[in-house]
Amino acid sequence: MATANTSDSAALTVRDLSIFFGGNHVLKNVSLDIAARSVTAIIGPSGCGKSTFLRALNRMHELVPEARMTGGIRLFGDDIYARGIEPVVVRRRVGMVFQKSNPFPTMSISENVTVGLRLNGARDKKFLVQRTEQSLRMAALWNEVKDRLHAPAISLSGGQQQRLCIARALAVQPEVLLMDEPASALDPLATSKIEDLVRELKKNYTIVIVTHNMQQAARISDFTAFFYLGEMVEFGPTAKIFTNPAQKRTEDYVTGRFG
Amino acid sequence: MTAPNHRWRKFKNAFMQTLALACAILVVAPLLLVFYHLVVEGFSSINLAFFTQLPKAVGEKGGGMANAIVGTFILIGQAALVGVPIGVLGGIYLSEYGGSKFNWWIRFAADILNGVPSITWGVVVYGLMVIPMHGSSALAGGVVLGLMMIPLVMRTTEEVLQLVPGGYREAALALGISKWRTIVQIVVRTALKGIVTGVLLATARIAGETAPLLFTAFGNLGWAHKLTEPIAAMPLQIFNYAISPYDDWHRQAWAGALVLLLLVLFINIGVRFLTRDRFQQKS
Repeated sequence: MATANTSDSAALTVRDLSIFFGGNHVLKNVSLDIAARSVTAIIGPSGCGKSTFLRALNRMHELVPEARMTGGIRLFGDDIYARGIEPVVVRRRVGMVFQKSNPFPTMSISENVTVGLRLNGARDKKFLVQRTEQSLRMAALWNEVKDRLHAPAISLSGGQQQRLCIARALAVQPEVLLMDEPASALDPLATSKIEDLVRELKKNYTIVIVTHNMQQAARISDFTAFFYLGEMVEFGPTAKIFTNPAQKRTEDYVTGRFG
Repeated sequence: MTAPNHRWRKFKNAFMQTLALACAILVVAPLLLVFYHLVVEGFSSINLAFFTQLPKAVGEKGGGMANAIVGTFILIGQAALVGVPIGVLGGIYLSEYGGSKFNWWIRFAADILNGVPSITWGVVVYGLMVIPMHGSSALAGGVVLGLMMIPLVMRTTEEVLQLVPGGYREAALALGISKWRTIVQIVVRTALKGIVTGVLLATARIAGETAPLLFTAFGNLGWAHKLTEPIAAMPLQIFNYAISPYDDWHRQAWAGALVLLLLVLFINIGVRFLTRDRFQQKS
């Protein structure tokens, strides 16, 4: 499937985004377009603002009480920070997977998958069963768990738990999936499964992934943004960022000279 | 190089270890002592009549504490109706909402309330309920025990909610689940066993309270037919019997104390059983 990469097919348009935590200016005037049905990687050293940027895309950064933002973000044209738009509504359209897998320990595998639907009012059993299978298949977990859907979610291995979290995020059918270092706590085999999954998911979803692992960014992403000290230093097709970056700082970082 | 002489260190280690062990045994000793004494003095008076009959008039043999046993359960039930909802919701507020300054004051107030002597609670409710209602009542007894439960339940609820990893809250919110639903369906559900434990321990704590009931529930040698009448309670009956001059009542007091201790013991064992969870995730 061809990936669209012109700016008029952007899933997210970020303009002059600045974020402050109290007096800390952690993200400085970031503007970029995230292409639909593609994988965009955010790389940069710790503390560069990449996680904050990711969390601004579904307003999760607002959980920090003293957070403040300026600028704007549009999701397929809709201003997600418009007055009267509830974060809850934004988050249903922009899902998120975290670094540490966090399936709900009180729930079974299938309950975890459908929790987003059920707690938003879905009651139809048939629909939930069908969505469970569909989401688990998309997360490449169905074959491993189809015989024990009612087992506790925390009985799964670490890699399986992370794929379960991906299935849980997919079950509410978001338009964009944000991934915050989704494989950094996993072994190489589980990591490669997650990477295969990301490549597969971009056929239907727009994915933004924060990663510390530059090989991973190079392997799975179509576009890469390099953040440093709260600024976006460079953004472009992944091949260009890794082989022929325009900025000296980008080159130093991707070649491992600092960071 | 010669090996350093560790004899003195080893001696100090053995000495301190023995001292710590002795102190640990001292913790258990009173429980065993109390239990032993109660069994020796009280066990012979425990029979079917003790659980099914009302107290007999002075001088008559036999009789039981049925009214006090039922009364204690009625008082605990009322106390739970007051203490559990307010305590749990307050604990949720402290853990999940609110500015930190305000919460600090609430926490401070709850900790002070936990340290208020129980007789003070009795005096307060005497003034608030018994005087306006022109008499002692089961209702006043339930309220005073309920008020004592609130800070206990509130603080334990807050503490167990704080133990729920923040990742679960984030995961739920990122699914577009509202904050209140996240709290009820994810956070509270994850911590439910801890909350139940807190409630049961608070119940065990108030089940044996005597002083606050002296002015409120007052005690009753027969059945209370309405919640506005004085009601019997085991700690009160034990107190009244123990200070009486009659041997038979003394024996009944011992038996009552044994039953009360067993009740508290069963609540504690129930808590252990409930919290013995196979799927609890490593924290």
